[in-house]
Amino acid sequence: MSTGILLQLAQTLLAILLAPLLMGWVNQCRAWLQGRSAPPITQPYRTLKKLFHKDAVIAHNASPLFRFAPYMIFACMALAAGIVPTIANDLPFSPAADVIALVGIFALARVFLALAAMDIGTAFGSLGARREMLVSFLAEPALLMVFFTASFIAQSTELPVIVATLAHREFAIYPSITFAAVAFWMISVAENARIPVDNPGTHLELTMIHEAMILEYSARHLALIEWAVALKLFTYSALGIALFVPWGIAAQGDLAALPLALLAMVAKLLLGGAALAFLETISAKLRLFRAPEFLGTAFLLAVLGMLIHFLLEV
Amino acid sequence: MTLTYHLQIVNLLAALLLLISFAMLSQRRIAGLITLFAWQGAALTASTALVAWSTGQHHLYYSAALTLVLKVIGMPWFFFRIVKKLDMDRDVEPMINIPTTMLIGIVLVIFSFNLALPISELSGTVMRSTLGIALACVLLAFLMMITRSKAIPQVIGFLAIENSLFFAATSATYGMPLVVELGVALDVMVGVFVMGIFFFQIRETFDSLDLKHMEKLKEK
Repeated sequence: MSTGILLQLAQTLLAILLAPLLMGWVNQCRAWLQGRSAPPITQPYRTLKKLFHKDAVIAHNASPLFRFAPYMIFACMALAAGIVPTIANDLPFSPAADVIALVGIFALARVFLALAAMDIGTAFGSLGARREMLVSFLAEPALLMVFFTASFIAQSTELPVIVATLAHREFAIYPSITFAAVAFWMISVAENARIPVDNPGTHLELTMIHEAMILEYSARHLALIEWAVALKLFTYSALGIALFVPWGIAAQGDLAALPLALLAMVAKLLLGGAALAFLETISAKLRLFRAPEFLGTAFLLAVLGMLIHFLLEV
Repeated sequence: MTLTYHLQIVNLLAALLLLISFAMLSQRRIAGLITLFAWQGAALTASTALVAWSTGQHHLYYSAALTLVLKVIGMPWFFFRIVKKLDMDRDVEPMINIPTTMLIGIVLVIFSFNLALPISELSGTVMRSTLGIALACVLLAFLMMITRSKAIPQVIGFLAIENSLFFAATSATYGMPLVVELGVALDVMVGVFVMGIFFFQIRETFDSLDLKHMEKLKEK
């Protein structure tokens, strides 16, 4: 039991510490692909350090919610990162929340972000919050559908059971999970505010979604939100790995498999980050009103995956 | 669920066919539509060849080869040439907007999956469960023909119906006799050429390939 708790703490800490590195890797790949000279891979850490050392400036009419929100968002993301199995399966935290509750945790963070954005009352803040809600209310049912498809195969909504079913049993091709994987990729692109739904590289542009919400934040609050954003990308990547390419995650109590699991995770994250950067480079940002169509397609794919599961795999 | 690997791959290809059908429904550009049609043919070729290999039905190899030559290489090339000649690769808005079309598509898929379940119980082939997917592809191609007003997407919709019927025949009864298949292939080829000539005629008469203009021909 105590090894389990230690392992759990180690995994959560690892996720929190590695998350900015993943962000740095994606940025570096993007810079290479666009023919720019890349910033160092540790650039996100430097930005965070710089922000933590600055003095926070807060608007006069800000309510306590505005100060509280960054901590809440960061806590939600850290909790989510602890629940998703990254290197070891079936840790003490995992029974605390199944995939449906996980979607709820993401939603909680999003609600606080949107409320904080509207709190000051600037035009950009409420514009960003509304757009975020538009994107997320379409992404959430699609995400649930993806989880349901995986749950139908594993006969459980608990993440450890899903991972154990897909990783440690006899290999089989599931057409439904292929559909779910494509849908999951589209959803995570939208949820993490990447191209083609939102552009993470813009400030003060009329098309922005995520950046518009955090314009009013500075110093440590901004640092926490930036870190939470990196953590969200990491958690979504870990979730995608756990659902679709879970091979290598150590089974319960299998301590000897941990070094290999760590290596496998790093390799998968490197590949996934490079793929994300590549897809971002070759695609253009969608018009805002095409975003519902994009997410509608994701929902459609997830539903098709579920239907195909009933037709072909039962 | 204990299927051999090549049957699992056939199932995957069937799912891919369905995906391509939906992609065709959502495609706005004609060039993209032609590319998707070629991909559909490629998936069909692969699945037919796999079924031929796994069941030892040699005549299916011929139909796979026929599909490859006609539907993956021949017809897309012909369509690309027509599009280039008529200079008409622009965004085309379908008559019903795309999200609505997709929703209708999902309803059609559920309908055909339910419809095909009792039928596939009767069939004795190893890939009978894909019959529902074939039926869904037929209906989706129909839907595409209904929602498009331009001539080329309609013809591609028609060819997609033929593709999915072919897939249905393979999954339900290991394909039709070779003579029938040759006849159908010849029919389709001749049909495409006749329609190609029609395209030019329609364009010369109405200055557009939008079939709505043909309503002018009605006698008052």
